[in-house]
Amino acid sequence: MFPLSSTMELTQAVSLGLAVLIGIGFGFFLEKAGFGSARKLVAVFYFYDMAVVKVMFTAIVTAMIGLFVLSSAGALDMAELYVEPTNYPAAILGGIVFGAGFVIGGYCPGTSLTAAATGRLDGVAFLAGIFVASYAYAEFLSGFDTWLASSALPDQTLPVLTGIPMGWFVLLFVGFLALAGWGMSLAERRFAGLRP
Amino acid sequence: MNTISVSSNAPRAVTKAAPSPFWNPYLAGFGLGLVLLAAYLIAGRGLGATGAFSSVAAWIANAISPEHAQATAVHARYLQSGPPWTAWLVYLLIGSAIGSAASGYAAGRWSISIERGPRVTDGQRLAFALVGGIIAGVGAKIARGCTSGQALTGASILNPGSLVFMVSVFAAAYAVAWTYRKEWL
Repeated sequence: MFPLSSTMELTQAVSLGLAVLIGIGFGFFLEKAGFGSARKLVAVFYFYDMAVVKVMFTAIVTAMIGLFVLSSAGALDMAELYVEPTNYPAAILGGIVFGAGFVIGGYCPGTSLTAAATGRLDGVAFLAGIFVASYAYAEFLSGFDTWLASSALPDQTLPVLTGIPMGWFVLLFVGFLALAGWGMSLAERRFAGLRP
Repeated sequence: MNTISVSSNAPRAVTKAAPSPFWNPYLAGFGLGLVLLAAYLIAGRGLGATGAFSSVAAWIANAISPEHAQATAVHARYLQSGPPWTAWLVYLLIGSAIGSAASGYAAGRWSISIERGPRVTDGQRLAFALVGGIIAGVGAKIARGCTSGQALTGASILNPGSLVFMVSVFAAAYAVAWTYRKEWL
């Protein structure tokens, strides 16, 4: 039954219309979470407002539970879902560079669009930076990119790699979220004085 | 931030109402998770915010010189999936801009302004935002995804590369945060 992309013939217009609808939801919740504000986002790196981790983890766990329940019920074929090919050195190197850019720029790509769409000029500047980077990457690092792609492994997920059923990972993540939620509330109180 | 002094009289039309508070992060995260789940169920893949930029970049490169664009592997890869006005990720971002603007406007948070700490100027902050955007953009290209396409999307399907990416992002961000504290605190 799900995903619809493999069980139904969606016309291009319908598919792109659905993309807009999903996007509206994406932007709506990012803005409601406060992620159109760079100050709210970077607060996580000074521990006085951990909203970024809370929102991300809750979103991950929510979607994970949904995927697990629907596939267990036979309504979703997990094998039909796209899994980004895995390349550990690229994930580590890209992650380190990205993390530095996050602190310096104050946003990540999705949230900079939310910021720009609510009038934040620094969000516009960050978006311009991503565009410059995307163009420059293609121009100067295409060879590197080809090498990265050729050494990436397709369809890697922890249940497939370890043979441990997905449900155990779901339980682990739910437990970790609860524990982290408690830890974060302590951290926020401890570092409240850093709030500018 | 300007402090708006409100008199004890009934608010006049010119007095701006204070913006609504942000949602509880767990509630907003739950909503975001449902959107991510919907993306998986409908399109068979999760969210993504950086791909659209490469799609537009490839299209511009192709308009300038088709031979050059086709000979450049990354441009060629994005050109294969068609022009930006047929790209799924581009429409996702158009929707995201609409949803963000509508939510921000309704909450009284829509304003032409610059987000910065109290110790930097607007000009400095804009320069940091541009440079940070370039750095984060390169990182997202190397890792083949950002906080949306790798961290959220990949972690929810238990992609180990995405989990490694997420840990690397936070480790690096916490490592450099103290160096850049003057920008924010």
